[in-house]
Amino acid sequence: MAAFYIKGKIIENLIEIKGVSHAYETATGPLPVLDGLDVTVPAGTFAAVVGPSGCGKSTLTKLVAGLMKPDAGEVWLHGEQVKGPRKTVGMAFQNPVLLEWRTILENVILPLEIVAPSMPKADRVARALELLNMVGLIGFEHKRPSELSGGMRQRASLCRSLVHKPDVLILDEPFGALDAFTREDLWQTMRDLRRAEPFTAVLITHDLRESVFLGDQVIVLSGRPARTQYVMNVDLPEDRVLDILFTPQAAGMLHILRDQIKIAQGRNVVETQ
Amino acid sequence: MLSKVATPILAVIVFLGLWEVLVWVNDWPNYKMASPSDLPPAFWKYKELFFTMGWQTLWRTVAGLMLAVLFGTLIGMIIGFSKIARDALYPLLVGFNAIPKATLVPVISLIFIGQHDFNTILMAFMISFFPIAVSVGIGLSTLEPEYRDILRALGASRFTIFRKIALPKTLPEFFGALKVSATLAFIGTNLVEIVSPHGRGLGALFKSGETNGDYPLMFAVLIALAFLGIVLYYAVIFLERIFAGWADRNGD
Repeated sequence: MAAFYIKGKIIENLIEIKGVSHAYETATGPLPVLDGLDVTVPAGTFAAVVGPSGCGKSTLTKLVAGLMKPDAGEVWLHGEQVKGPRKTVGMAFQNPVLLEWRTILENVILPLEIVAPSMPKADRVARALELLNMVGLIGFEHKRPSELSGGMRQRASLCRSLVHKPDVLILDEPFGALDAFTREDLWQTMRDLRRAEPFTAVLITHDLRESVFLGDQVIVLSGRPARTQYVMNVDLPEDRVLDILFTPQAAGMLHILRDQIKIAQGRNVVETQ
Repeated sequence: MLSKVATPILAVIVFLGLWEVLVWVNDWPNYKMASPSDLPPAFWKYKELFFTMGWQTLWRTVAGLMLAVLFGTLIGMIIGFSKIARDALYPLLVGFNAIPKATLVPVISLIFIGQHDFNTILMAFMISFFPIAVSVGIGLSTLEPEYRDILRALGASRFTIFRKIALPKTLPEFFGALKVSATLAFIGTNLVEIVSPHGRGLGALFKSGETNGDYPLMFAVLIALAFLGIVLYYAVIFLERIFAGWADRNGD
């Protein structure tokens, strides 16, 4: 298995996507969305995936989660080829998809009912409360999802995706529907969760600042059918604060990424003033 | 709380008052239209018949409705989960539902001669399963894929996903349809009770009122049917509060 050096330590590749191609059947014939995609995510790191709209980013998450099989190529997790769903994966979407008939606490516990059916109820509750505490939702655990704001619902959704201690967290634009300030709050929540509980994450996003703030690497996909167009190692300190986005270093990265997105969209990089 | 009970009671009193006034002002004889004041004597005169016949009607309606719940949910699950089944079954279901059920009374009474209880339950069932099947089908087929994916990604079985997500999520639609079906089932029961010779139940009592020219009795039967309909409707509401109370966002 390939190994990477990160800050002097040997790290195994937890996620390896090798030459993956996929097409959807449509009424007008096959629609290729992924074309020879390569992505590697070392264990414990955070990969942000950006790309033009409709370039197949969500397809990528379904392949990693084992919800779909690629037409060609391979997806490996932990040195094992992904052939179907695994209990060690956590998912969160743009829509928090909380179950309205359950309280916030019961919603967070849900994955444990599937993954660890024999776990005592008290332990499940304790584990859920631990996470709810980390995201600042203590006091809301017995509320219904509809009684919470959008940002709070998304926090609960993040707790649910992490409650069973997955080693891979798949985030499909979880902050996409939130307002700018709430979104920045949640970036910091995500950073704190990572510090408390190590996991490997793939984040699909449309927000370049988000990708730089949260990512250890930013992967730019080309327009449909997507392949890996550009990979940027985000060489910023691990403990990031929002102000880091205003440093010349981050501004330079954002600039490069913006140019890459334009290339992916098929536009000219040279801007007229 | 007081106004919650008082308001509908007041509305009923106002309705009965207007009815009384209407008959009194027009000076209608009670073979044209009985007035509310004619009804208590009619109820009293036939009180034992009202209890036995009312019970006949009620239990057969509830039995038909329960069959409709089982069969309707099953059909709803099939058309909700399989697109092929949906394409195949919808024309049949809609076509069947479009047939006026009164035309089926002679058909089923010829197939199951003399099986009065069975025929009545069958009709109550046939007239009331359609809304349940359609609403469960729509509830299941419009389940957002993400809801499925949060459990599917963990390797949960189809049955677990159905039990933990699809089934509870469909409950509000199911109870909405059950309210319609509960009142429809009464129509089915009475259809058979009225049309069948030597029938039983409130429909048969209505028929005998007609035969004997006892018009207050006919109106009293209609009121008794309305009363049973209201009772069953609120029984459904009661179940809805227990099983799908979470869907009511104005509550508490």
